[in-house]
Amino acid sequence: MEENIVDKVTQGEYKYGFVTDIETEIIPKGLNEDIIRIISKKKEEPDWLLDLRLKAYRHWCTLKMPHWAHLNIPEIDYQNIYYFAAPKSNPAPKDLSEVDPELIKTFNKLGIPLEEQKQLSGMAVDAVMDSISVKTTYKENLAELGIIFCSFSEAVRDYPDLVRQYFGSVVPYTDNFFAALNSAVFSDGSFIYIPKGVRCPMELSTYFRINAAQTGQFERTLIIADDDSYVSYLEGCTAPMRDENQLHAAIVELVVHDRAEIKYSTVQNWYPGDKQGKGGIYNFVTKRALCKGDDSKISWTQVETGSAITWKYPSCILMGNNSVGEFYSVAVTNNYQQADTGTKMIHIGKNTKSHVVSKGISAGHSQNSYRGLVKISQKADGARNFSQCDSLLLGDKCGAHTFPYMDIHNDTAIVEHEATTSKINEDQIFYCNQRGISNEDAVGLIVNGYAKEVINKLPMEFAVEAQKLLSISLENSVG
Amino acid sequence: MLEIKNLHASINGKEILKGINLTVKPGEIHAIMGPNGSGKSTLSSVLTGNPAFQVTEGEVHFYGKNLLELSPEDRSREGVFLSFQYPVEIPGVSMVNFMRTAVNEHRKYKGLDPMSASDFLKLMREKKDLVELDNKLANRSVNEGFSGGEKKRNEIFQMAMLEPRLSILDETDSGLDIDALRIVANGVNKLKSKDNASIVITHYQRLLDYIVPDFVHVLYKGRIVKSAGKELALELEEKGYDWIKKELGE
Amino acid sequence: MEIEQSYIKIYKDFGQLIKDNSAEVMNRERDKAFARFEELGFPTTKLEDYKHTDIRSRYAIDFGMNIRRVEFPINPYSVFKCDVPGINSHLFFIVNDSFYHDPQGDTTNKEIEDLISQGVLIGSLKEHAEKQPDLVAKYYGKAANVQNDGSVAFNAAFAQDGFFLYVPKNVVIEKPIQLINVMRATTDTMANSRNLIVLEEGAKAKFLVCAHTMDACNFLSNRVTEVFVGKNASYEHYKLENTSYNMTNIGSLYVEQSEGSNVLVNEMTLHNGFTRNNICINLNGEHAEALLCGMAIGDKEELIDNTTAINHNVSHCHSKELYKYVLNDKATGVFAGRILVKQDAQKTEAYQSNKNLCATKDAHVYSKPQLEIYADDVKCSHGATTGQIDDNALFYMRSRGISEREARMLLMLAFTNDVIENISVEALKNRIHLLVEKRFRGELSKCAGCIICKE
Repeated sequence: MEENIVDKVTQGEYKYGFVTDIETEIIPKGLNEDIIRIISKKKEEPDWLLDLRLKAYRHWCTLKMPHWAHLNIPEIDYQNIYYFAAPKSNPAPKDLSEVDPELIKTFNKLGIPLEEQKQLSGMAVDAVMDSISVKTTYKENLAELGIIFCSFSEAVRDYPDLVRQYFGSVVPYTDNFFAALNSAVFSDGSFIYIPKGVRCPMELSTYFRINAAQTGQFERTLIIADDDSYVSYLEGCTAPMRDENQLHAAIVELVVHDRAEIKYSTVQNWYPGDKQGKGGIYNFVTKRALCKGDDSKISWTQVETGSAITWKYPSCILMGNNSVGEFYSVAVTNNYQQADTGTKMIHIGKNTKSHVVSKGISAGHSQNSYRGLVKISQKADGARNFSQCDSLLLGDKCGAHTFPYMDIHNDTAIVEHEATTSKINEDQIFYCNQRGISNEDAVGLIVNGYAKEVINKLPMEFAVEAQKLLSISLENSVG
Repeated sequence: MLEIKNLHASINGKEILKGINLTVKPGEIHAIMGPNGSGKSTLSSVLTGNPAFQVTEGEVHFYGKNLLELSPEDRSREGVFLSFQYPVEIPGVSMVNFMRTAVNEHRKYKGLDPMSASDFLKLMREKKDLVELDNKLANRSVNEGFSGGEKKRNEIFQMAMLEPRLSILDETDSGLDIDALRIVANGVNKLKSKDNASIVITHYQRLLDYIVPDFVHVLYKGRIVKSAGKELALELEEKGYDWIKKELGE
Repeated sequence: MEIEQSYIKIYKDFGQLIKDNSAEVMNRERDKAFARFEELGFPTTKLEDYKHTDIRSRYAIDFGMNIRRVEFPINPYSVFKCDVPGINSHLFFIVNDSFYHDPQGDTTNKEIEDLISQGVLIGSLKEHAEKQPDLVAKYYGKAANVQNDGSVAFNAAFAQDGFFLYVPKNVVIEKPIQLINVMRATTDTMANSRNLIVLEEGAKAKFLVCAHTMDACNFLSNRVTEVFVGKNASYEHYKLENTSYNMTNIGSLYVEQSEGSNVLVNEMTLHNGFTRNNICINLNGEHAEALLCGMAIGDKEELIDNTTAINHNVSHCHSKELYKYVLNDKATGVFAGRILVKQDAQKTEAYQSNKNLCATKDAHVYSKPQLEIYADDVKCSHGATTGQIDDNALFYMRSRGISEREARMLLMLAFTNDVIENISVEALKNRIHLLVEKRFRGELSKCAGCIICKE
């Protein structure tokens, strides 16, 4: 019977694994200064940005790939990757009629209609395929409120001062190996600016899609919330099923001013590789938020089910007094997936607060690690942190690990960390069985219950999607 | 002994007490009643010097001394005792050690030598019986794992040990069943003398069946709005606090 | 590698002399250990395990080493006279890096003779390694992590002597064995010593190590202790440090546990300078149990680092870990605790807790509890908190007439209480309670003699 369940479920596993047959413009493989110049030129970038890319590249050349994470990362040949790939079509579609119908079809298939009337009301989407943004919806409506929501390339062109002021201010290219790589070759992503006192009326979202083979995606997202503003932002990601591994190394920078708030939600569902661990995305992401203003707030919510390897630590620098950082995470690993993910809460301002809830679920032969830092600097009087990191193990070949770091330099701080690791409760499964619920469904129910605290933080539409994802990711994990 | 004049106090900038006036003489029992949030517990906290509250105006004199200038421990040593509404659990500190330290600090304040270990244990035994406190409880950490009733009995036990001149019983009846209530009240009554006084803070009239007050005050929105003899408590029980509100024209 | 160079030169120049003054068994791996040290050097702060504890720079002082094993003209037995009723231990001394022989001392008394007649071996590691080379060789160096830790490799290259205890099958030593490491010199001195403790099946022993300094010059001690606990054997290990600001104390304890064995390790630091304790417990047999706890009180610029690892290598083992720090002034506390549950180590139960009280702005706490789990049917948890004294408890106590200072003291004592309660030797427990109280009251002088035995 166990076999049956496994067989039944493995067939339905990754439903976003198709490839779009579309003509793609790519530049030669490999990485050198010429390639960077080509990318920059293709995007018609100003000189300062090219200079920055080159500086980042030169710095990257001096760095070695980090190995401190609890990950077994195969050698990556950075010269065997395409650093730019774009669907070949009208370079700047003015409206939907100019967008390649094949592209529209692709995003429809992914459940992301680009026609505004078909969309869920209250959500604006920026759709990014490989290296470029395909279409941003509701741009005009948002512009009326002074909100800028566009692709990063457009922002560089249309709002150079804003971009230049904030670009790299939270994650400088010197930050780490992947940040340097991204800063050198980043392609596209989303740019958002919420002006003073504006509450963004709809959810803003970006949908990232890797399509082309042997291509890396290096997106760049920058969100600025000016004084007293609010925005909720979502990102989703998928990629085709391919046997080779593909690299994704993004940078996300958030800047939050006085009394502003950004809610950043991610449902990460990059292709995780097959049952034997073949293929899948390597996901090396640097995400960081700067709570610059007093009483500012940032909330990261992530549901991580995809990628062969995940290396990701969305962080909060709590600089403003009374600023608040939150991190809610569910990370699921199955088969041969590896995840090393967590957060950093850097308390600098007075009375800053942070709250961390991390739920790890490991199955199959996967390795799932929480790694987090809570740092209370000497001046952060009255800082508070509470972290709760739980791990759930499904199967005896997987691993669940917890590596919290607490550096405390202030005597008025209260820092608490709790973690538990246990296997799924057999009594609960039996109870479900007794009520006629199959093992499969029981696991789905229990896991969803376990992750509920985090999923509840997601916007509604995403929460439903995330719940389905959790069940799908684990379908073949329990016999 | 105690004279409160125009006492104002606030917490986190929010004013709770808005001008309290009260005089207590030796041998008297005062009951302070009032609806939730009227400031009853704040009054007990302020009188004992809880640093969470700020006195913004007014005076409190205790036997001529300015009480507000004294540290919480010196107020205790002067003979002001608070039976806490929610006694704090202090894991790792044994009751014996805690009480011996307290008793000896009181003695030092009075210029007396510390009590010998055997005298102290004898005193503990005597006073424990007063509130029928289990021997086992005395060997445990302060309030740790005590039931609600045990905690309250422990408060009265400490009162017996420290022999205060003024006891403030803050909602001592809350969470007590009828037997526990009787034990606690008996303890309080036995400790009563012509030289000491009590302020009994309570929401209900129930406790006042056992501890009969000489005066009853109604505290409402940070002020004493009505004072009378013990019959006021019965009247309140009957008519409820809405009656007071009506009288005040609200 | 400048700091290392001077030591490398010493070894190259005097390696033969070191060997001549040690035992053949201890010399077997000496050159290899030295070669490993040459490769690794002293651990630097670039290493994850030494991030906050720069032990390398502590070696920069030009320490003297007593390679020729010149005896010091003191008799510790006459300096330390045990006057605590009830503690009644078998007393031994390591003066700097050498086992101290007292012609009239405990090594020859009736009770020891009695133990020896039961097959117990006790005394100098060097001597026993010469007398029982096969027995010592079976265990020596088998647990210590020479390969990965430069500091341990250094010890293996330079240590010439230490303490040895062998308890045969089913022999129970009732009285605690007390070993006092005392630093005594007129110039800056380094001591490398090695302890080896072996308990055969069903044996029982309690071991108390005290670390002291007696003079005002700079000291560094690097001591490695290996403990092998046989099937169903029971072992208790207490370590008490009361040294001074001029002391660098590096201690590495490796415990290998067999099936059904029971081990308690409790390390308490009252006064110190710069301390690094490495503790590694391997649970190698099913149903083994380990309780690891420790406590540190730091003030001034003291640094206390406890880096611990408990490895659940097989199923059905239990471990519990509890560490508490109270830090004042500019003291630094480092706690790193790793619990590893290997694949197939099912039915593991492992609990870890680290709690810290930070009393000043300049005190630093680095806490790093870690769980690494590769089996699914386990119950594991860890918790770490850093905070201050509870204001409500403080007010409650003050409202009973207890002064703020006294109340704080009582609360700090209470905070460390549960670690001290994990001492099974009643007299020692009472003694430590008293010492900790004195320490908080500021009445405990930095070590001028044995505080367990003498005030």
